[in-house]
Amino acid sequence: MAKKYDAGVKEYRDLYWAPDYVPLDTDLLACFKVTGQPGVPREEVAAAVAAESSTGTWSTVWSELLTDLEFYKGRSYRIEDVPGDPESFYTFIAYPIDLFEEGSVVNVLTSLVGNVFGFKALKHLRLEDIRFPMAFIKTCGGPPAGIQVERDRLNKYGRPMLGCTIKPKLGLSAKNYGRAVYECLRGGLDLTKDDENVNSQSFMRWRDRFEFVADAIDKAERETGERKGHYLNVTAATPEEMYKRAEFAKELNQPIIMHDFITGGFTANTGLANWCRDNGMLLHIHRAMHAVIDRHPKHGIHFRVLAKCLRLSGGDHLHTGTVVGKLEGDRASTLGFVDQLRESFIPEDRSRGVFFDQDWGSMPGVFAVASGGIHVWHMPALLNIFGDDSVLQFGGGTQGHPWGNAAGAAANRVALEACVKARNEGRELEREARDILTEAAQHSPELALAMETWKEIKFEFETVDKLDVA
Amino acid sequence: MNNGIAGDYQTKQSLETFSFLPKFTAEDVQKQVAYIVANGWAPSIEHEHPSNAMDHYWTMWKLPLFGETNIATVLNELEACRRAYPDHHIRLIGYDAYTQSQGSCFVVYAG
Repeated sequence: MAKKYDAGVKEYRDLYWAPDYVPLDTDLLACFKVTGQPGVPREEVAAAVAAESSTGTWSTVWSELLTDLEFYKGRSYRIEDVPGDPESFYTFIAYPIDLFEEGSVVNVLTSLVGNVFGFKALKHLRLEDIRFPMAFIKTCGGPPAGIQVERDRLNKYGRPMLGCTIKPKLGLSAKNYGRAVYECLRGGLDLTKDDENVNSQSFMRWRDRFEFVADAIDKAERETGERKGHYLNVTAATPEEMYKRAEFAKELNQPIIMHDFITGGFTANTGLANWCRDNGMLLHIHRAMHAVIDRHPKHGIHFRVLAKCLRLSGGDHLHTGTVVGKLEGDRASTLGFVDQLRESFIPEDRSRGVFFDQDWGSMPGVFAVASGGIHVWHMPALLNIFGDDSVLQFGGGTQGHPWGNAAGAAANRVALEACVKARNEGRELEREARDILTEAAQHSPELALAMETWKEIKFEFETVDKLDVA
Repeated sequence: MNNGIAGDYQTKQSLETFSFLPKFTAEDVQKQVAYIVANGWAPSIEHEHPSNAMDHYWTMWKLPLFGETNIATVLNELEACRRAYPDHHIRLIGYDAYTQSQGSCFVVYAG
């Protein structure tokens, strides 16, 4: 029987709170941490979030009766306490897959983190996790190459790759910049990187940088006999300009380019990832602006969601932080989203902040990139935490070596290989860290000097050692 | 050639993983074979003339040793390959069928 139109304002929970609902395999599921205004019942706030992030609006409208909202609406189907936080609660919301355009993480985010975040009934709102259904994942392109293909192209096996961001990040001429790249690569690094804010400024235009970097890579490959690369940052003001730069990188036979996926945006990122897939180019992804969105514990989007969205949008590397020197909670949380980048199935695990089982099917994996404030003393912990499918990037920890970039690179390479050897032999990396590095330094004056240079950070390193035991 | 002058870093010809460490002893190699076997990977031996070292494909020494868990057998095959091709690079690979990649790969003997 046809419904009657009943104008006016209804309580959200009448339509959007559905505790008996059993989510479908094709539903997109989301977990929000909700902090409502005082006095509003949890069910009403949760239902409001479901409504405002899907089909609802504040007032009933007659045209609702021209469709079947029961088919399209999002539903809040569960509410849970947040441990240790009486003010907030989690709500779980199921969205029918037909609410979202195929292959568009942009569309998903526009719905889920759109207007609802400014909703007056809420004090704070944080998107903690999304379970993407396989039916949606299969419509996304994902990483242009993936971990396995990148290893084969670059001939790097059985260990993490070593990288370095070229410093100073701004102000070098293209030729001097290429020098810094060459020195790092000839010393034993696999990859170097443009800093995120290196685009095409007046002191170094992109085309000059690309040419000198290509020359540096060519020479380093010839002299070392190993494959090398440099993330040429193509992030630019317009997609057209990005493609122009990407095409030139390809013309120079470069293996990898780079994009900033949050400041550049998901539309730009997905397009560039598709270009990379079509052109045999690897894609390194930086994450400038992420902390604006993911750092507040009660408001915004957790980085695990952004990481999942990036894997769907496309990228072969993603920065994940380094863990070392931070809190233990960070370690568990980081491991939680590192799994989302690399594994094909990740089970729910609240101790790592993973709220849903997530099946990625055959989607390729993304290398986790640990970068920022790390040096040789961190190597054992980094290998333990991030494993082989990672890129460990030492910026100051390479270029700050007293003998320069090449010696700094060699020190890192020796330290990494010593740690991989020790791990494979069954030694406990973090517990035996000092012995492993000291033994390796006996054959490498570069490593010995690096250990001496950064020894004052030793205390911090030992703290990390303790965390691993816990 | 560098005579150990501090600060004068000479570029090295290197052969990827483990090539920045001192030459492996027999015991070192044996432990890495044990690691490959313990992971359930298929040990495989390849060799190539140093002038072709950057090629993706090196020549296989027989077929990969699928299902081989005896470390001594793998070490004997490495020795046999070395006797047959004393001037070649010889590398040991651990093929990981799950990731469809190489879980391990390093040059045991540089030619």
